Amino acid sequence: MNKRSSWALPYAIFLVLFVALPLILIILYAFQDGSGNFTLANFTKFFTDADAIGTFALSLEVAIENTAICILLGYPAAWILANKKYNRSAVTIVLFIMPMWINALMRTLATAELFHMLGIQLGKGTLLVGMVYDYLPFMIYPIYNILNKMDKSYMEAAADLGATPWQVFWKVQVPLSMPGVISGVMMVFMPTVSTFAISEFLTNNKIKLFGTIIQENINSSMWNYGAALSLVMLVIIGMTSLLQDNKKEVSGGTV
Amino acid sequence: MKRIFAQCYIWLLLIILYAPIVFIAVFSFTESKVLGNWTGFSTKLYSNLFTGDMQGTGSLMLAIENTLIIALIAAVVSTLLGTIAAIGIHNMRGKTKQAITLLNNIPMLNPDIITGVSLFLLFVFLHISQGYLTVVLAHITFCTPYVVLNVLPKLTQMNPNVYEAALDLGATPFQALRKVLIPLLKPGMISGFIMAFTMSLDDFAVTFFTRGTIGLDTLSTYIYTDARKGGLTPELRPLITLLFVGILILLIVINIRQMRNSNTEEK
Repeated sequence: MNKRSSWALPYAIFLVLFVALPLILIILYAFQDGSGNFTLANFTKFFTDADAIGTFALSLEVAIENTAICILLGYPAAWILANKKYNRSAVTIVLFIMPMWINALMRTLATAELFHMLGIQLGKGTLLVGMVYDYLPFMIYPIYNILNKMDKSYMEAAADLGATPWQVFWKVQVPLSMPGVISGVMMVFMPTVSTFAISEFLTNNKIKLFGTIIQENINSSMWNYGAALSLVMLVIIGMTSLLQDNKKEVSGGTV
Repeated sequence: MKRIFAQCYIWLLLIILYAPIVFIAVFSFTESKVLGNWTGFSTKLYSNLFTGDMQGTGSLMLAIENTLIIALIAAVVSTLLGTIAAIGIHNMRGKTKQAITLLNNIPMLNPDIITGVSLFLLFVFLHISQGYLTVVLAHITFCTPYVVLNVLPKLTQMNPNVYEAALDLGATPFQALRKVLIPLLKPGMISGFIMAFTMSLDDFAVTFFTRGTIGLDTLSTYIYTDARKGGLTPELRPLITLLFVGILILLIVINIRQMRNSNTEEK
């Protein structure tokens, strides 16, 4: 029986070579100068460059705003979709999920062209609207999933015990759907904070986001600085994923 | 009343969400170079797309070809690699299992740009010149985890004794794999394959960083360069429309399949 565990060996080697080693290389390159000596210069360069810090802050801001708008628009939509009283057709659900399957670049381009035709000036406003366009389905889907699978007897029990519908919603349904909201946040926040092409399309290159700086540095052979910036982004992403793990532990403890 | 309000919200959101794609689809039926300028109904852009007859954009056809070939290779290889790996992981215990699961999750959690940059650095570090091969390897890297995740649940649902039984009855390990394991794992393999294929089709960032400077273009990188030059190739309009319709049909088929599956399971 245990002999078959060795079947994973090729993939294990593959993972070490193509997943672990590249990540180690990001760290290595980030702490090296062009000729391979240890240095912290890449980080001091980033933290003393007002432009880079400004772009970084703007990326975080846009990502947070986008995530917040997606929750505000997406939660009610997911709730309606999961509610048999208001929505009986599976077609609407497929329609909401479908954009996830279409090339994001194409969708963004279509959005940018639409703005263009309507004569809307490209800038931060269009950036946000375009991002919401791109990522709303990724917020709706996980929330819909968890609401749909939720045991309805919890809500019935709360109602039987005298809770008003509003109380049932806020005190029972919303807390129970938090894991869905958190996976939605992961699926929206992380791509927004790391995007590069999308922001260029939506602002006509007027607004740079953090991903764009990483790409520019890597493409102009500033690998070490690019690696350092990637490491900064990895830290942000890592902190966001901690949010998810912590929540899991909390809910695991109370249930 | 509430129901009407709820339906209005849903459909309003859908209309806004789909406006750009519908807009592209409508203007794919006119010849004008500039989007938003209606010069009468025409299917010329569609015929151009299929005959490859467009000024200086023969590379669009090549980009489509590359996209499909890369997605197909990546999906086939990652389905094989991922299925075999899943069988191995399923039989693992303890720390090694945890470690390999963690590594398997990384490409799914990592933003595309990090995967792209890290693989770029790997190829630079190993002095591998970048091109077709590196793009395919990179795609296999981020596709395989999805196959593993789709096949693992099928292994847990499976009766662990059937494979042993096949061996006891005189099947060689290879026969047992082909005649017993594979048929049982097939649904997971198929959904893994579909996911891998669409992930690869959809990718932009990873391809962008690993394609090198030999001028290799997939559809995404083609669109990116095209849009940055200003002036979108008009033939992209029918292409986007066709892809959109194709995916809609695919999704409906998958959904019907799933509904049938869950119906038979309930019986």
